[in-house]
Amino acid sequence: MRIEEIVRTGHGRILATLIRLLGDFDVAEEALQEAYAAALEQWPGDGAPANPAAWLVSTARHKAIDRLRRRSRLTQMQNQIARHIELTAEEDTPVAEDRLRLIFTCCHPALATEAQVALTLRTLGGLSTEEIARAFLVPTPTMAQRLVRAKAKIRIAHIPYQVPASDALAERLEAVMLVVYLVFNEGYAASFGPHLVRHELCEQAIRLGRMLVELLPAEAEAKGLLALMLLHDSRRATRLDGSGDIVLLEDQDRSRWDRAQIDEGAALVEAALGEGGRASGQYALQAAIAALHAQAPSAGVTDWRQIAALYGLLARIHPSPVVELNRAVALAMSGEMELGLRLVEELDRGAELDGYHLLHVARAELLRRLGRHAEALQWYQNALDLVSNEAERRHLEKRRGEIAR
Amino acid sequence: MRYMLLMCRDEKQWGALSAEERAAAYWATVEYSEGLRKRGLYERGDPLEMSSTATTVRMERGKVVTTDGPFAETKEQLGGYSIVEAKDLDEVLAIVNRHPLLRAGHSIEVRPIRAEQPKQP
Repeated sequence: MRIEEIVRTGHGRILATLIRLLGDFDVAEEALQEAYAAALEQWPGDGAPANPAAWLVSTARHKAIDRLRRRSRLTQMQNQIARHIELTAEEDTPVAEDRLRLIFTCCHPALATEAQVALTLRTLGGLSTEEIARAFLVPTPTMAQRLVRAKAKIRIAHIPYQVPASDALAERLEAVMLVVYLVFNEGYAASFGPHLVRHELCEQAIRLGRMLVELLPAEAEAKGLLALMLLHDSRRATRLDGSGDIVLLEDQDRSRWDRAQIDEGAALVEAALGEGGRASGQYALQAAIAALHAQAPSAGVTDWRQIAALYGLLARIHPSPVVELNRAVALAMSGEMELGLRLVEELDRGAELDGYHLLHVARAELLRRLGRHAEALQWYQNALDLVSNEAERRHLEKRRGEIAR
Repeated sequence: MRYMLLMCRDEKQWGALSAEERAAAYWATVEYSEGLRKRGLYERGDPLEMSSTATTVRMERGKVVTTDGPFAETKEQLGGYSIVEAKDLDEVLAIVNRHPLLRAGHSIEVRPIRAEQPKQP
């Protein structure tokens, strides 16, 4: 296996094991960088070792000991770390549990959400600080500072490196899943800037989602989350046209949707709903909705009635005006156009969705379908005043242009 | 690993409680802390008088200046502290999550107590 490939696919698990063995994020990261350098030097000549991951862990561990010994005056903490390393020298093969421990540490609620996201991508995703900074459109020094602060807090406040006790697991897992989904969404629908899809973030999120399903097989919601991401991502190739403009779900070329991903997602939805039953969570329900879209042979035969019912369930466990908006649109699409529009108008009277451009888009689209073009134009304009993504702006301008003629 | 729990509350809200309610919160805290002590998790703690009794001393242009009141006007004021001993932040948070003062309208800030001393100059 080539080193680049290991860095891409195995970095998280190797680093996770090193953090357990060395007991410190920074020491582990530095040591692993040194081990990569050693691998680049030795593998081309000697050939890659039989178990590259174990080789890297073992090499990094020795580099860490050397480095600590080289320093003439050891502080008390480094002394402790050095002892810790000696004591735990037996276990160099990465174990899956390490990654789970690590993601719970990275997504600890004592860290700010943006720090959780950055730390997860840095450690488990193996993204460089520059890459994460670029992905979230912040200057690299800002991102570096964010990571430094988070790691310092982990060390100083003793945020533990462990899977939470079972009484806290559900709540903590929710925080982890939120971070994974944030990463996915950031990649899927960048809320700002010119590009709508930044696929690498989606791939990272899906990889993390797979890890959660693999390591927490009893958690139905983890399956729901992975399903949701796979189903959304299956449409990736068709969401934008050749010139980077948005193609609506109903106009997308369904033959180009990723069938394997849809099948995998649909099977996971079924498992998640089966295990969750009446207690099914928000990810499973959203995934079920995505599956209905993905499995419809054409937009015209989409089971909107079922989708509206699922949004109704979702609203019960996770009440939100955005969910209500989606339910209203689904009802309208299922044939109850007037009722749907009335619900959208009601939502608009409340203040909660002020400034949410999709509310105006929904209203414009429904009015357009009812042939009330003059009113639709006004709502497209309201949406345009609020939208920040370039691709979405062009799309709305096009839609407006179509009925303005 | 030692942590300080800083018990903060809006004194207006706290003052609006009846004397019985405040006393109940006090004795619930004493009992809770005693339980922690038996488990080896509690070192010490005290309630503080209202911030209106505070006096702040600072240096201004080389002169010591004494003023009435706490060091900063904030929505919530410090009302007491506890020092606890725990193996990591999760253990402290488990203690804090069940603290009776939370139910009595306090927020609790958890701060690690620094163990390492800076180098002697």
